[in-house]
Amino acid sequence: MHTTTNLPEETALPPARISTAEIAASDPPIVNKPAPLEMASLPSKAASSTDWEKVRADFPILSRIVHGKPLVYLDSTATAQKPQVVLDTMENYYRTTNANIHRGVYELSEVATDRYEKARARIGNFINAKSSREIIYTRNTTESINLVTHTWGRANLHEGDVVLLTKMEHHSNLVPWQMLAAERGVKLRYLDLDPRGVLVLDDLEAKLQGVKLVSITQMSNVLGTINPVEEIIAAAHQAGALVMLDAAQGVPHLPVDVQALDVDFLAFSGHKMCGPTGIGILYGKRHLLEEMPPFLGGGDMINTVTLEGFTPNQLPWKFEAGTPAIAEAIGLGAAVDYLSAIGMDNVHSHEQKLTSYTIDIMANMPGVTLYGPDAAHKGGVISFAIEGTHPHDIATILDSEGICIRAGHHCCQPLMQHLDVPALARASFYIYTRKEDIDALVEGIKKVQAIFG
Amino acid sequence: MDSIYKEEILDHYKNPRNFGELEKPDIHVEANNPLCGDKLFMDLEVRDGIVQDVRFTGRGCAISQASASMLTEEIAGKPLTELAKMTRQDILDNLGVEVSYARMKCALLSLGLLRLALVEAGVSIAEQMEGES
Repeated sequence: MHTTTNLPEETALPPARISTAEIAASDPPIVNKPAPLEMASLPSKAASSTDWEKVRADFPILSRIVHGKPLVYLDSTATAQKPQVVLDTMENYYRTTNANIHRGVYELSEVATDRYEKARARIGNFINAKSSREIIYTRNTTESINLVTHTWGRANLHEGDVVLLTKMEHHSNLVPWQMLAAERGVKLRYLDLDPRGVLVLDDLEAKLQGVKLVSITQMSNVLGTINPVEEIIAAAHQAGALVMLDAAQGVPHLPVDVQALDVDFLAFSGHKMCGPTGIGILYGKRHLLEEMPPFLGGGDMINTVTLEGFTPNQLPWKFEAGTPAIAEAIGLGAAVDYLSAIGMDNVHSHEQKLTSYTIDIMANMPGVTLYGPDAAHKGGVISFAIEGTHPHDIATILDSEGICIRAGHHCCQPLMQHLDVPALARASFYIYTRKEDIDALVEGIKKVQAIFG
Repeated sequence: MDSIYKEEILDHYKNPRNFGELEKPDIHVEANNPLCGDKLFMDLEVRDGIVQDVRFTGRGCAISQASASMLTEEIAGKPLTELAKMTRQDILDNLGVEVSYARMKCALLSLGLLRLALVEAGVSIAEQMEGES
């Protein structure tokens, strides 16, 4: 079946099971020009002219009524809503193209493979990866991080080696390292936070002593803090350490250029950036990925298999065992086109305006405590507490007003311990959030205070 | 639904009954709900298989704390064998409001705590615990 293994490397991207013509069409090397678009109905790009109401109208769920009230969705940090173009793309895939990829030598399978691989190329463009070989499809950020701990970690970390994390990490960037630490005797060290929830970097050089890998969040899912990752990556490289970014909140909300950052690994999820659930990305520098052993074993990740053993496939398929989330990958490709058309600088500035607006109001509400730094240093995440009221009670009362917020520990129990709170309430924003949503939140908080006052 | 925040529940939350600790409890149990960060502690004084005195402390949402407060009123003076027959429905009936699926764990944390105490006392429980089959 391996009829095309002699193709020049860069053109031989899909596993060697489909025709040469299809290979050439299905995975062009990434170039820095606008990626081909899956569907036509995309928002306009110019910064000053972004019509945010029009953007909002692209999200059908936002016209829903909940408990008799218009839906106010303020939980985009947990998962983002999906624009019509993503829903249409996935529906169109299942209706017209559904077939297993990298398999059949028939039209459907070839078109499915083409769409799957073109989506990979566009996702690579979105974060400015040098090559689509550096874009590994996973299920989500968590799986991307676990891929690194299981493969790079097991191959490179030994007893006494140090991994540097921070006290604001999500459980997904803590527990995999703790598991590896238990298995290998690897030591975990943590960067501290100041009272505002900003990383303390005064002792960065000392903390980097003997560190093999730094793994930190680009943006806190609780505090909204945007970490100075350029500075940390430069210092880490200086100290001889690699850096992985948990960009679950970074890539959906900020412009990310992996080459400019010079980051070694970067993990993110599709569903937090207008794409479907079940699809995530691990970006890795090619030479690192080449050296790493495979992750899960099975179909598609192999080159040859005998009863005695196997040889792994090339990148990126070496890390993609089994039938992947095909429709989801294609859906994420559509989401990336959608966000690109708005422009990530635009996305960030829209969210910062909303964050400033919210902090200006909520900071002056009696009995309300806000957590995290000022608007200039954070993304669209507002964590708060109301005196005398548990966050779950806040969320339940807001729910009765049609307002969705998150309440709990936000998968950051060590951060909750650091802040000395059992839980927090959190409102978070995205491209479809508008001032009216925040006004509704403020009215809802007043209702909570009236009930519990 | 904010209708769960009726006067009686808010009253138990703000003025919990039997709140505190016993100096020499026969039984001390703790339970927590990682979803909310709710925590409950209960002390029991038991003589001749009957609850002589009960106290609880904790921190958490209105539903978990009110449910615990109401439960302590319910169990004081009762034989353990009778308490072993208490069901989830009894707790919900006590609360007297419609509890959503998402908040069920908060409402039933107190029952879990009582059952831990009964196990501690060597009394077997009639109703199966959540998750058992």
